Order: sequence, then structure tokens, then C-alpha cells
Amino acid sequence: MSVLVYTEINKGQVKKSSLECVNYAAHIAKQLNLPVVALVNNTSGAPLTDIGNAGASKILQANNQAALSDNAIASELIENAAKSENAKVIIFAFDTSGKAIAPRAAAKLKAGLVAGAIDYPVINGTSFEIKKNVFSGKASAVYTILSEVKVISLLPNSFKTVLASNSAQIVDFNPSLTTPLRIKIKEIKSNDSGETAPLPEAELVVSAGRGLKGPENWGIIEELAKSLGATTACSRPVADMHWRPHHEHVGQTGLAIRPNLYIAIGISGAIQHLAGVNGSKTIVVINNDKEAPFFKSADYGIVGDAFSIVPKLIEEIKKFKANQN
Amino acid sequence: MKILVAISNVPDTTSKIQFTENDTKFNSAGVTYIINPYDEWYALVRALELKETGAATQVTILHVGLTDSEATIRKGLALGADDAVRVDADSSDAFFVAEQIANYAKTNNYELIMLGKETINYNGSSVGAAVAGLLDYPFISLATKLDANGKTLTFEQDVDGGSQIIECDLPLVVSAAKGMAEQRIPNMRGIMAARTKPLTIVAPTAAQALTSIKSFSLNPGRTTCKMITEDNIAELVTLLHIEAKVI
Ligand SMILES: Cc1cc2nc3c(=O)[nH]c(=O)nc-3n(C[C@H](O)[C@H](O)[C@H](O)COP(=O)(O)OP(=O)(O)OC[C@H]3O[C@@H](n4cnc5c(N)ncnc54)[C@H](O)[C@@H]3O)c2cc1C
Ligand SMILES: Nc1ncnc2c1ncn2[C@@H]1O[C@H](COP(=O)(O)O)[C@@H](O)[C@H]1O
Repeated sequence: MSVLVYTEINKGQVKKSSLECVNYAAHIAKQLNLPVVALVNNTSGAPLTDIGNAGASKILQANNQAALSDNAIASELIENAAKSENAKVIIFAFDTSGKAIAPRAAAKLKAGLVAGAIDYPVINGTSFEIKKNVFSGKASAVYTILSEVKVISLLPNSFKTVLASNSAQIVDFNPSLTTPLRIKIKEIKSNDSGETAPLPEAELVVSAGRGLKGPENWGIIEELAKSLGATTACSRPVADMHWRPHHEHVGQTGLAIRPNLYIAIGISGAIQHLAGVNGSKTIVVINNDKEAPFFKSADYGIVGDAFSIVPKLIEEIKKFKANQN
Repeated sequence: MKILVAISNVPDTTSKIQFTENDTKFNSAGVTYIINPYDEWYALVRALELKETGAATQVTILHVGLTDSEATIRKGLALGADDAVRVDADSSDAFFVAEQIANYAKTNNYELIMLGKETINYNGSSVGAAVAGLLDYPFISLATKLDANGKTLTFEQDVDGGSQIIECDLPLVVSAAKGMAEQRIPNMRGIMAARTKPLTIVAPTAAQALTSIKSFSLNPGRTTCKMITEDNIAELVTLLHIEAKVI
């Protein structure tokens, strides 16, 4: 028996969200007195040591190119691993690929799924109770998983990763699969600047809204983000008007994020916007209207004109960074 | 090509969230229900467009839920769906809902099954992939564009660090995200027509819920916002470093 974790490689490294999952699995495995087994596909030579350091004792290394383009094949790979390792619990990240794969694998295994867990399960005999956000972050619910095998996908950035020295045994895992490759990738469009973390994983986010008046004014937003090493985001109307690319849109209908720091500039704080960001650890709001609703959901606020405040903030951040070095 | 669009019935985005019966049930008193925005704006509207261009022959909406969702279903019909089906059952477990959708699609030969990317009440992002698994169909997640060319469909979808254009043959399951279509407002003719369009109520297929909700709680809001004046921005940087410990 085991606790199985699905892990992924991005840009030659184990994804941060995957390491969070291995840590989480290790926490559960300790209570159940089971080993943690990680499954990883197409490592292309990336170092896997951190998977061990995060708590796995065994790594199943698959080499299946088709599983990268078709989530049905990835799911079959995981179902196979779950059976061969007799997995009682399977952990995924609640990210783009986890959302596509985990429910499929769970349905195939007739295992109950809690999608987007924000806390460790409370384990009582064979019952698992797990908390997740509902109503777009306005509330949370405790779910009970009723099946014997449990599948949990973990909301990224909910836990800090702790690495300790531990080495995992790596074994090749290439079972024969029956699912045909049905999805053909025609073209990949990257919007990855390569410099900052992708928005779903970013710890620091600088976001701006309609208060910025036009796309030509985003220079100060990008400069502020750069000074902090933050990723940029925006409100929905800004993406709708094509001032910013749509992948930056956060909120109810865009991405839900929970960075450590979210700086909202010229954003009113509509309930649908808050739905995507109110899980952030710290929120700073800069708005020239002291009645803007966002101040009610902020930790720190500055009332004033963004065009004069942001340049000053950039200057102060630069000073702070210079002092740190 | 027949299209099945799965629609969920959710509280309006501005609803006050409250719970009752010892925090075990959502309090729907005074709450207006709508079609889940992703299901309506993106999946349903794109399905209707495919019918208008001749790529699809029929657009059916399917909802798993109880009698109180009739108004929501009629709105889908008013927007232009040909007919509607309600599977008469409570719908709190994603796997149970997926079994219902998969079963209906299979028995009635729907080749394209469209869902929203997630519901705004349970935020599971789970039903679509589970339906695809139960039917052994491919699953296209988070599609922002969908075009049909005979039996071959082309999609654009969001992936980590960008997007990609992919191709897949029918039958398949797709979850719709922002970009796939634009919101429509039903017109008078649509609203009138919706009253007489068929709404079939079917009994659920046997399936077991694999999860249940034990209790709800409201997430604590932020209590106080510390205000900083514009001439003292250095203080903000200090607070972010010392107090909030985020930089
Ligand atoms: C079903 C539904 C889903 C939605 N989903 C989303 C979503 O996912 N994400 C989202 O963001 N929205 C969403 N919306 C839209 C949302 O309701 C708001 O309309 C939107 O968030 C407003 O964007 P904004 O704050 O940029 O613009 P505005 O509301 O116009 O606010 C601009 C703010 O900038 C301030 N300002 C103006 N000039 C300055 C200046 N010089 N300096 C500083 N501040 C200034 C103003 O005081 C104001 O508060 C959704 C709406 C619906 C109905
Ligand atoms: N009760 C339901 N009836 C019909 N479709 C549903 C139901 N619940 C969810 N769906 C569909 O599944 C999608 C994803 O839902 P979820 O997994 O709950 O986030 C929704 O956007 C709907 O298209």
C-alpha cells in the first residue's frame, strides 16, 4: 500500500506545485504509516533529487511522450501506477494539468475526489475529511470522501515546501497502455517571458485595472513588478479591452490565485474580482477613491493617484532591495 | 453532430453567502439563481453558433438537479437551445453528476459534450474530465476557441506558460473557458419560444456519490486595512517586510 503523488517537470525542474504535493503526501503517509511513491513522466534529464527531499521514498519514472499531449493517456498511466503500488491516496496539484487528469483518474478508479484542498485531511479510521474553498473563496466546506481510495488535488501555494535530506529510489515505469493518442498538438504559443513565475504559481503579483486609463500606461506597472520580481495580472475589463493579454485576467471568470502579496492598483474591488484574489496572504490596494470597496478586503491601503504613488513605490522598493544586498 | 451542453444552476455572482441547518446547507433564501457563467456565456453560446453555421444539427441542454432549477433551464432554452433535459436528482457530488451526463450522452448519441470550466459555487473543475473518463472519450480542458470542420474539431486551449492549438476527432468532451464566445441576451422571441420547447425530466441512473459535504463555514474577511499616506511610502515597504513578511 502507498500514497501516490503525480509530479511534473517544467523548464528542467520539478514544479513547485509538485513538491508541495509530495510534502502533503508525506504528511498523510506518516499518519497512515505508508510510503510515498511519486510518479513522474518525461523528465528529460531533470534532477529528481528534490522529489526525494520532499518526502518520497520511491520515484516511478515513465517515458511516455503521448501522455504529455493527451490527458486520457496520462490518466491511464496514473491508474496503472495506482494499481501496481496499491495506492490508498492519490495526490495531484489543482493546476491546469491536475484539473484535466485527476477527475478522470478518480472516475476510472471509482475514487472520491476533493478538488482544490486547502488543508490536511482529518483522518479517522478509513474516513477522510478535507477542507476546500467554495463559492469562489467566500467560504470553505469540509468534504468527506466515502470511497476506499481517495484522490485529493491540492490548491497551489497553500503550503510552504519543506525539503530535508532524503533520497528516493528511482525505478523505470513503462506499463503498456491501451488508450490511443487522439489529441494532436498543432502549435504551441508561449507567453512565457522566462523571467518571472507563471501567474498561478507566483508568490508576488502586481495587478492593475481600469484606473490605469489605457495600455500605454502599463510601463509603471511592469516596472513595479520588475523591482519586486513579481508577476503582472489585471482585472477583467482590462483584458476584455485588450489592454493586457487575457491570461493575466484574475477573478471569478479568470484565474484564481493566492500569492503571498497581491498589489491592486486602480482596481475597484468588485466581488467577482475579489473571488479570484481574496485567498492572497497580504493585499495592498492603491486607489484614488477612498470609498473603493477593495479597501474593505485589503491589509494595507494608500488613497491617491496611481500615477504619482507607483513611481514612488518603485523607488522605495529599489532602495529596500539595495539595502538587502 | 448533436451537441449536449451541461449546465449548472448557481447563485448569482453577487449573492450573499450564508448557511443554514447548522452550517450544513447553503441558505438559498432570497438568492437569485443563474446558469453558471462558463456554461452559459461560453459553452452554450458557442454550441448555438455551431448550429447557426450548420456544423451542428441539435443543441440540447442537460441539467442534473431538482425542480427549483426550472427557471435556469428555461433561460437556456430562451437563448436558443432546441430542447432540455433535467435529470431529477440532487447534484452535490461531481462523480454522481458525471455519471448522469455520461449516461445520457451515450444512450442518446451525442458526439460533442460541452461543459463550463468550473461551477462558481463548488469550484470543482471536475465534472468534465470525469465524464470523458466514464465514456472513454478524449477531454479538451480550458478551451478558449472551438471550430468544427466535419468530424475534426480544432481548439485553442490554455496551458502552463501559454496556449496551444490542438485537433481532435469526435466524439469528445470539452470544457469552455473565457474567449470561446460572447455573452448573449435572450430576445423576446426566444423567451416566448422557450415556454413551449421540450423539457424532459428523466430519472437518474444508478450511481454512487463518492463524496459528501459535512459542513460549511464563511472564510474570515480581513478585519482592518492599515492606511498609509502617500508621503510615507517607505513605511509600506517596511510593513511588507517586517510585519507581513512577504518581501
Ligand atoms: C458574472 C461576472 C463575472 C465577472 N468576472 C470578473 C473577473 O473574473 N475579474 C474581474 O476583474 N472582474 C470580473 N467581473 C467584472 C467586475 O464586476 C468589475 O466590473 C471589474 O472587476 C471592474 O474592473 P476594474 O476594477 O478594473 O474597473 P473599475 O470598476 O472601473 O475600477 C477602476 C478603479 O480605479 C480607480 N482609479 C481611477 N483612476 C485612478 C487613479 N488615477 N489612481 C488610482 N486609482 C484610480 C477608481 O477609483 C476605481 O475604483 C465580472 C462581472 C460579472 C457580472
Ligand atoms: N448539476 C449539474 N448539471 C449539469 N451540469 C453540471 C452540473 N454540475 C456541473 N456541471 C457541469 O460541469 C462543469 C464543471 O463543474 P464543476 O466540476 O462542479 O466545477 C460545469 O461548468 C457544468 O458545465
